Amino acid sequence: MIVRGNDRVVVQGMTGRQGSFWTEKMLAYGTRIVGGVNPKRAGDTHCGVPVFATARDAAREIGGIEASVMFIPPPAALGAAEDAIAAGVRLLVVLTEHIPSHDVMRMHALAAGAGCRIVGPNTAGLVTPGEAFAGIMPAFNRRVFRPGNIGVISRSGSLGTLVCLNLVDAGYGQSAFIGIGGDPILGTSVTDALRALDADERTAGIALVGEIGGTMEEAAADTIARMRKPVVAFIAGRASPPGKKMGHAGAIVMGSRGSYAAKRRALEGVGVRVVDTPAAVADAMPVRR
Amino acid sequence: MDFEEAEAKELLRQAGIPVPPGELCRDADAAAAAVGRLGRSAVKAQVPSGKRGKAGGIRLVDDPAQARAAANAILGMEIAGYRVERLLVEKFAAIAQELYAAVLNDVESRAPVVLFSTAGGMDIEEIAAERPQSIVRVPVDVMRGVDRSRVRSALQGAEDADAVADFLVRLYGLYVQTDAELLEVNPLVRLQGGGLAALDCKLTVDDAALYRHPELAWRGAREKLTELERRGRELGLKYIALPGNVGVLANGAGLTMTTMDVIEHCGGAPANFLEIGGEAYTKATAALELVLANPRVKSVIVNFCGAFARTDVMAGGVIEAWETLRPSLPVFFSVHGTGEEAAVELIRQRLKLEPFDRMEDAVRAAVEAAR
Repeated sequence: MIVRGNDRVVVQGMTGRQGSFWTEKMLAYGTRIVGGVNPKRAGDTHCGVPVFATARDAAREIGGIEASVMFIPPPAALGAAEDAIAAGVRLLVVLTEHIPSHDVMRMHALAAGAGCRIVGPNTAGLVTPGEAFAGIMPAFNRRVFRPGNIGVISRSGSLGTLVCLNLVDAGYGQSAFIGIGGDPILGTSVTDALRALDADERTAGIALVGEIGGTMEEAAADTIARMRKPVVAFIAGRASPPGKKMGHAGAIVMGSRGSYAAKRRALEGVGVRVVDTPAAVADAMPVRR
Repeated sequence: MDFEEAEAKELLRQAGIPVPPGELCRDADAAAAAVGRLGRSAVKAQVPSGKRGKAGGIRLVDDPAQARAAANAILGMEIAGYRVERLLVEKFAAIAQELYAAVLNDVESRAPVVLFSTAGGMDIEEIAAERPQSIVRVPVDVMRGVDRSRVRSALQGAEDADAVADFLVRLYGLYVQTDAELLEVNPLVRLQGGGLAALDCKLTVDDAALYRHPELAWRGAREKLTELERRGRELGLKYIALPGNVGVLANGAGLTMTTMDVIEHCGGAPANFLEIGGEAYTKATAALELVLANPRVKSVIVNFCGAFARTDVMAGGVIEAWETLRPSLPVFFSVHGTGEEAAVELIRQRLKLEPFDRMEDAVRAAVEAAR
């Protein structure tokens, strides 16, 4: 789930307003976008890239595609994911928020059966500074991203951006940013992202930006206990009242499940430094800049 | 969206799941008349909360006079913050055994799971703690649907296993049909005369799927909202009222929660949660008006970190609202990410304010100003 400069990427929903805006940003940054998808614009060229009716058509006509980035509204998201998975995509970045949960589960089942990794839904995407990005992150902003040795995992785009900015302010750079998404049922868990960064040779330390709700941070504790690389965490939602969805569909505390205290306890129990403010992530990072 | 018991049971009935005969009543006369027809009954408060029995919202009655008294006592009661306006009068069911049944989205396996237990009547958390061995858990392949023979073999040894399997298969069907996140029958009862019946039911339909269920949307329970939360909802903004005095406006759920966290870390208390992330980032003017409409607010922190959301557009919206309303409160900005230079320039020129470089510093200033 670390996006590379030589990965061949298609953008589904490329010709829309957001799709066009971010496709141009991704292309300018160096992401190798080889095609776009819009059934009504097949045969056109958009942002200097050929447009196909389906991801399957794109795969057939221009050869293998590693990844797809979906700018697709919720009612059409399952169909688009099905198309991308059938096209043989290995990595599917689902930016869409508010996809019905039954469609999300169907999407995950199809992906699992085909060996495709879904990142998201409701992710801000992936960034490999200096190389490529796939999504809606300000990769091109030099105060936020620069090449370095910190791998960042975040459920939130806005908060992930802030932590990246703080890291750069403190003299660090990032090896990769993995936005796992704010939905409750995610294709890529905290554990999956930690394993990828632990195996990544450019990554020396990991910043984990979690939030209340679910038990992904707690479930990751066993993995962290076996990792060599240090993890510093900030968990958002300490001041949030229980029983309310805090913006993200996944950010809700039910009973003690998903609470700030449970996450902090689980992470600190395996040696993670859990800090109280986003800026303190960089201060607590025990690796060289 | 949660559904009250009576609405959920109507859906169960339509799905062919046995439910005791009952009538929905709005006043004591209707309740008395219903008991006249049904005989011995339970009079049950209709609010979307599981704590009705403990709160005194469920009473057994034998005749219309008792029904009238029970209805008068329960109607108007406040349970878990909801005022009771409707009653379900349900024919008394003679219970041989209480069971538990549910279908829900399982986050860990990313798939639906069917749950059954012979320890009904308690919360599933309590069952899991006290009688974990009683829980039968059947994962479902969401593409193929529930497999009756798999459910049946998982129930091996259970009493009435065939009837329970049929019940669970129908329950799964309704879960799919309604795009439910949770469909729980607790207790499911085995009746003394034989047969199963759903005695209580909790249904939560996925809000994101309501667009394809217009027939369900109007039957769901009204959410308990404050006036400002309702106004936020109408504007398409997620506003949650909180007891503090530092007004919060931020973009993105994660950054907004973090702003609240840092307010508390600095010794203050947030007055609200309000995020304008995603497509809502163009609604900053309306959002700030909402923050300022709370009379408890003594200072405002505006914390933007633009990825998808453009900070210049959001700052422009905030400034517009500020210039229109001319509030006498202090406001503190921290602005980073997409559109940052233009946003900072706008704030300097139009409000003559200097945004803080660290959000922690901006929050601290807002907390001190609110003291």
